[in-house]
Amino acid sequence: MILFALGIWSFLSHEALLRKLIAFNVMGGGVFHVFIAVAYRGDTAPPDPVPHALVLTGIVVAVSATALALALGGRAQDAADHD
Amino acid sequence: MTDLLPLAVAVPLLAALLVTALPRQAALLGVLGAAATTLAAGAVLTAVWLNGALTADLGGWGVPLGISMRANGFAAALLAMTALVALATSVYATGYFADSPKAVHFWPLWLLLWASLNALLLAADLFNLFVTLELLGLCAAALGALTGSADAVKANLRYLLVGLLGSTTYLMGVALLYSAYGALDIALLAEHIAAGGDENNAVDAAALTLMTVGLALKAALFPLHFWLPPAHANAPAPVSAALSALVVKGAVYIIVILWLELFASVATASAAMVLGLLGAAGVVWGSWRALRAARLKLMAAYSTVAQIGYLFMFLPLIAATPPGPARDNLFAALVLMALSHGFAKAGFFLAAGLVQQQAGHDRIDDLGGTAQQMPATTFTIGLCGSALIGLPPSGSFIGKWLMMQGAIEAGQWWWIVVLLIGTLLAAAYTFRVLSRAFGLEPTPLRFVTDARSEIPALMLALTAVGVLGLAAGPLWTLLGLGAGGAA
Amino acid sequence: MNEPWPLSALLPGAILFSSLLPGVFIFLVKEESHRLRTILNLSGAILKLFLVGFLILGVYEGQLFQSRLTIAPGLELVLHADALSVLFVTLSTVLWLITTVYAIGYLEHSPNRSRFFGFFSLCVSATVGIALAGNLLTFVIFYEILTLATYPLVAHRGTPDATRGAKIYLAYTMSGGLVLLIGAVWLRTLTGPVDFVEGGVLSGMPASMEGQLTIIFVLLLVGLGVKAALVPLHGWLPQSMVAPAPVSALLHAVAVVKAGAFGIVRVVYDVYGVEYAASLGLLGILAAAASVTIVYGSVKALFEDGLKKRLAYSTVSQVSYIALGASILGPIATIGGMVHLVHQGIMKITLFLCAGNYAETLGVHKVSQMDGVGRRMPFTTLAFTVGALGMIGIPPIAGFISKWYLGLGAVEAGQSWVLLILAASTLLNAAYFLPILYRAWFRPAPPQWPREHIFKTRFETMGALLWPPVVTAVLCLVAGLLAASPFSPLEWARLIAEREYGL
Repeated sequence: MILFALGIWSFLSHEALLRKLIAFNVMGGGVFHVFIAVAYRGDTAPPDPVPHALVLTGIVVAVSATALALALGGRAQDAADHD
Repeated sequence: MTDLLPLAVAVPLLAALLVTALPRQAALLGVLGAAATTLAAGAVLTAVWLNGALTADLGGWGVPLGISMRANGFAAALLAMTALVALATSVYATGYFADSPKAVHFWPLWLLLWASLNALLLAADLFNLFVTLELLGLCAAALGALTGSADAVKANLRYLLVGLLGSTTYLMGVALLYSAYGALDIALLAEHIAAGGDENNAVDAAALTLMTVGLALKAALFPLHFWLPPAHANAPAPVSAALSALVVKGAVYIIVILWLELFASVATASAAMVLGLLGAAGVVWGSWRALRAARLKLMAAYSTVAQIGYLFMFLPLIAATPPGPARDNLFAALVLMALSHGFAKAGFFLAAGLVQQQAGHDRIDDLGGTAQQMPATTFTIGLCGSALIGLPPSGSFIGKWLMMQGAIEAGQWWWIVVLLIGTLLAAAYTFRVLSRAFGLEPTPLRFVTDARSEIPALMLALTAVGVLGLAAGPLWTLLGLGAGGAA
Repeated sequence: MNEPWPLSALLPGAILFSSLLPGVFIFLVKEESHRLRTILNLSGAILKLFLVGFLILGVYEGQLFQSRLTIAPGLELVLHADALSVLFVTLSTVLWLITTVYAIGYLEHSPNRSRFFGFFSLCVSATVGIALAGNLLTFVIFYEILTLATYPLVAHRGTPDATRGAKIYLAYTMSGGLVLLIGAVWLRTLTGPVDFVEGGVLSGMPASMEGQLTIIFVLLLVGLGVKAALVPLHGWLPQSMVAPAPVSALLHAVAVVKAGAFGIVRVVYDVYGVEYAASLGLLGILAAAASVTIVYGSVKALFEDGLKKRLAYSTVSQVSYIALGASILGPIATIGGMVHLVHQGIMKITLFLCAGNYAETLGVHKVSQMDGVGRRMPFTTLAFTVGALGMIGIPPIAGFISKWYLGLGAVEAGQSWVLLILAASTLLNAAYFLPILYRAWFRPAPPQWPREHIFKTRFETMGALLWPPVVTAVLCLVAGLLAASPFSPLEWARLIAEREYGL
């Protein structure tokens, strides 16, 4: 939760694309940790598999989003250089 | 029968792969793929019409591990609207992107966008909604930046980041819900929440707030709309059409599900009122900015902010109306407004794109000759404009009529004031454009100048104005609502 | 549903489509295909005339004509023909045919004719839809469509003046349409679907709702009053005179303003019921608004030099006779108001068509330029004279009948003050029309006209321009002379009054 809040704060407060992206990943990390914490079902029982599946999917999505954002950022930089 | 649901997602996905593999034939394959997807959506619509809501489990895993899909009347209606708008846009795109190197990038992304939107509408659990929403956002941002101009890339980068922020916030809400109930399936979760009693109220409220705020960001609800106008106005015309008419509706669809289905038992009237007031602010502000906009596409984009506002104004009215025909009418009116806006705004953007290509710019004040030289396109803008204003015989006229009726019955007369202001401003901005078509330019030779791109836009306009306005009755049946009667 | 004759369910729809479909096709017609466009126009107009003929006979025999379309649960589009709708349908259909002939001549060689005639047909369709509307929802729908379809006609010339006039027109009518919409929706939430029924539907409402019903009446009146040009909602009408002459003639003398007046009549008689409206004190509001408008319009007309603008203010004044007739409780005044719907239409269209002829043939746009036009254009001026004298109320022209019945009805209802209004208006009418006639017939012509067109014809101007006003002038005389014969406007108005009052 703290990671999530921290992520939102830095997402909103930073201008630079790279910082925003890192903040976004921190946010995502926060959410994923919540899911993993939810999976814990006591010391003896095996953890709930569903949240793990969700987190894996979520990480894939986050990685591709970051990639696209970086690509667009590069384009924006190029375009700005041309102007 | 239940195989239909995955089909509606698989067909555009397959088509996206094909156009990637065979870029030389992209336009042809793209249109064929669009036609096939439309058929699949039509099949889903028919099945829902005949049998009511459908569900499907992929790979036989079942809840909770597998991916399950469902289609109710609401989803089927939006699915069908998406199909028609996307089909028209695809045909239009063959003309718009003819001889353009961008076509190679457009077609795969476009079909992928369509696939993810269909998957979103058919998703049966909250996590799938997240994944599809994220995919939708990625495709949309990539498409929006297709022109490659600095403005477009910058606006769409912002759009992407805002979208990521929104969907992550939404996901946090999902995580909270899962921690409280251990379920993600919407129907299942709705039962849990209704049965949950008081001890989970705090979690419910926190989750609903997080999810709504996240989605409101993606749906461009005032004051979280700031990213929309530049992103939509700078994209290529077919993309703007899809972004404004379809993609935004994806987020609105989830919000409506959350408020009217998932959290129906706990969402309070005062919370709904907040959304409604924000919607009203969006109507007024969006319409005002649309009136002041210097460019045609920017005007259309601001008008989207206003039109989305109307949809949110239904929420407090529905909350204040007891279950029964009157409430059914309000829900149907909400869907009808969403559909009309989808068709009308797509048609508007497509027509605006033609004007822009012809004139080389889309500054409203200098459009005179161009608008007059393209009667079919100007006609399209006029028809779509009258649907945006809410004039008869458009679907939004019925929507607004029912909204006013609901507002009077619920004693919430202030929505009528908003409706009045919004309608007059919409009339002002629409006719600001249309008045340019009456000048002293020479007479155009024929009505249609470029059939391939003008006809699809005109068809969308006619759907919004004629079909939805004069034959909206079946929508009630599709949504599974009783005949509204003399409510 | 026992339908003795399936056609009776189709006829109202067919009448609507007989102008709508040609209109849609005309948009697609290439600009230079003059003949195809003319054929479409005239065949639509003539077909409509035949269909309306059937309708008149059927309604006279008491047959039920109704086309229904459910657009959403509880919201029905109803086209329904009763005696009152027939009056308005017939008026617009006959005058459409005449004006179409005129417009084909008037716009020869001018640009954007496909667009013009397309919207022209849409306007007529909307007017017919208003006339045939069987409930308030249908009325509102066609009322708004009329607003939309008229805009391009006002803006047609594309000059800055035209754009400005169209903008003002739109601002007024849009706002009016919204007010009407609110009133209609509100009324619907109180009563359910508001069907138009002869004698009204509201008389059974509980007393507790009277306050709301009064507010709704005012909302409806304001909404309709914009198109009916009730003072102070009339500002758009003189500005819209920038439109081409056929538009001014048909739309601003007949279709648009009549749509408003017709709506007022509908609301008073077939929604509220005239007795119930009187018991709520609503007729007083209407009578006051109508009287002020009658006098104000006439006074303004007196000081206007532009011929079309003078005619426009005269329209402002004359249309309110209809509202005045509706505001007096009693069948005779009703007859006066109803018959004026037709009489004012044929007289005013005559005047506007003549004004168009002066402008097109001689370039004369102002009253002060009209010296001696009588000798240059005798037929046109004769037609103009008939229309003007009719407006003043000189027997045996149609206008006299209207004023006679209005006055008689007022006396019968014990509201003699109406006679004062009528007298004042008649004097003012004479004061602004007689000088025109004097100039036209008795002053010497100037050595040169402002912008003269010589047409290759035996007559004073092109045939397509000359005959329409002559025909309508003859109609004015016939309607007055043969007022007592069956199927005359007067007899039909009497039929309406009998049905409204259940006599």
